[in-house]
Amino acid sequence: MSKKKLKRVGIYAILLLVAAFFFIPIVWMISTSLKGSDEVFLSPPRWIPKNILWSNYTAAFEAIPYLKYLLNTLQTTGLAVIGNIISAPMIGYAFGKLRWPGRDKVFLLVIATMMLPFSVTMIPLYSMSAKFGWINTYIPLVLPDFLGKSYFIFLMRQFYMNLPDELLEAARIDGAGEFWVYKKIALPLVKPAIVTVALFSAVWSWTDFMGPLIYLNRAEKWTISLGLSQFTNTYGVDWSLLMAAAVIAIVPMVILFFCLQRYFIEGSMNSGIKG
Amino acid sequence: MKKSKYHMQRPQIRLAILFLIPWITGLILFSLYPIVSTIYYSFTEYNLMKPPVFTGLKNYRNIFQDKNFYQSVYNSLYFVVVGVTLELALSIFSAILLNAKVKGRGIFRTLFYLPSIVSPVANAIIWMWMLNPQYGLVNSFLKTLGIPQPLWLSSAQWSKPAAILMALWAVGNTIIVYLAGIGDIPTEYYEAIELDGGGPIAKFRYITWPMLSNVTFFQLINGIIVGFATFTQSYMVAAIEPKGNGMLGGVKNSLLFYAVNIYNEGFRYLKFGYASALAVIMLLGMILITVILFATSKKWVYYGGGGRDE
Repeated sequence: MSKKKLKRVGIYAILLLVAAFFFIPIVWMISTSLKGSDEVFLSPPRWIPKNILWSNYTAAFEAIPYLKYLLNTLQTTGLAVIGNIISAPMIGYAFGKLRWPGRDKVFLLVIATMMLPFSVTMIPLYSMSAKFGWINTYIPLVLPDFLGKSYFIFLMRQFYMNLPDELLEAARIDGAGEFWVYKKIALPLVKPAIVTVALFSAVWSWTDFMGPLIYLNRAEKWTISLGLSQFTNTYGVDWSLLMAAAVIAIVPMVILFFCLQRYFIEGSMNSGIKG
Repeated sequence: MKKSKYHMQRPQIRLAILFLIPWITGLILFSLYPIVSTIYYSFTEYNLMKPPVFTGLKNYRNIFQDKNFYQSVYNSLYFVVVGVTLELALSIFSAILLNAKVKGRGIFRTLFYLPSIVSPVANAIIWMWMLNPQYGLVNSFLKTLGIPQPLWLSSAQWSKPAAILMALWAVGNTIIVYLAGIGDIPTEYYEAIELDGGGPIAKFRYITWPMLSNVTFFQLINGIIVGFATFTQSYMVAAIEPKGNGMLGGVKNSLLFYAVNIYNEGFRYLKFGYASALAVIMLLGMILITVILFATSKKWVYYGGGGRDE
């Protein structure tokens, strides 16, 4: 009995230790973001600042056009989400439920593109975008979302494959057209998957760095990640200000996460296991 | 009968074609065309202002004499071998912990997952502050324990471990994937081990690890791809560390990862041909690694008999 109890205490101790690794940096970021310069460099460190400086947050907004970056990111993220929730359910359906010759072989191409690193394609993509006049526009950032991101196609396909064929067949026997079957039968059944696609797409777009870095060189077009990365150029390393800026960049995704946690977790659970 | 298999499904084929038009467009525009052009550019001298000039194998010959190339290959291999191993270990370990019947599981799961939705830029900023040699939380903790405090990102020896720490912090997604995998293991398997008198190590060795090998396989491939693409950490170190000279690569090029080197050559020096040749080598390397992993996977990856697998 006491041995069992000891084991439980041990598990809790280890859990807390791992949780500390994941959570302390977040607490520390928030703590630093509220400190004045006199408290930032204290040793030993002080967790709760004596002087809570909310003004760091307003200063972060004033140091760079942060609000502008937020609005820009809202644009890119919104467009990416719209693109993905249109394209992924369609393309995933074509691979997961519609029957056509060579389907599963062609799907290997989706897997292959999923494994293609951006570093390999970025130079031609940059020069292509330059030719098309797409630099400093959001087109190269969001067009791939409208044409189907392989990861989301993969995810949607998994969900469609779990649907029983009989449901669709019954509608077909009743004389329903193929598009009707998709729209009225298949699509409503994969709604949770579409929410997952929307969420992951939002997080990826919101946190994307290399794409905006390459395609957007005019500051008025920058996204929040890019703006945050350039913060020190204009302001030097002021840690409390930098932390406040980081908090502002993170908060929208955290709110999204807490509102729709179930879909995040379910989405992760359904990603990449069943090949 | 067989002949009419697809005849019956002509409406389905039509819809499939319609639905696949965007995908095919994207495949050509954002995957096939860039791959073909990268290969073409790699045999040229190209700086975007002027059209590419064919130079044969010159870029490749130069690469193999370039010490930055070897340094970046070493750095990336270090990052991938050490980093991905630790990422997988931490993920499995955390998933096993989260699977234990404890109070507050949901809260712990949330805490473990949360950092993975933090942007890589913010992640790097947070950890650069955590690992600040003088005022960082990590070193002040080490100080109270009486352990020597590394200079982390300001030292060639400790910068890669620091970058790995940043990657480790964001493994939430992998943890959840493993957690789902553990949930699928029938509890009878563990009971069988208990009957044989086996402890937690035997359970892990004979049940958990083999039953999760398919998850591990996909996470391994994914980790390697993401690992070789490591870029943001180096960028942020150059942006924030005062010693930076504008070029990305950290102290003594210890953070010059492969993708960073491509970026430097392409977007800082505008040597697009040379950077393309680097990209082609990366692509070939990735293909080689993937093929080797798939070839060896039959030996160690266990796919459950039917069940949820397609």
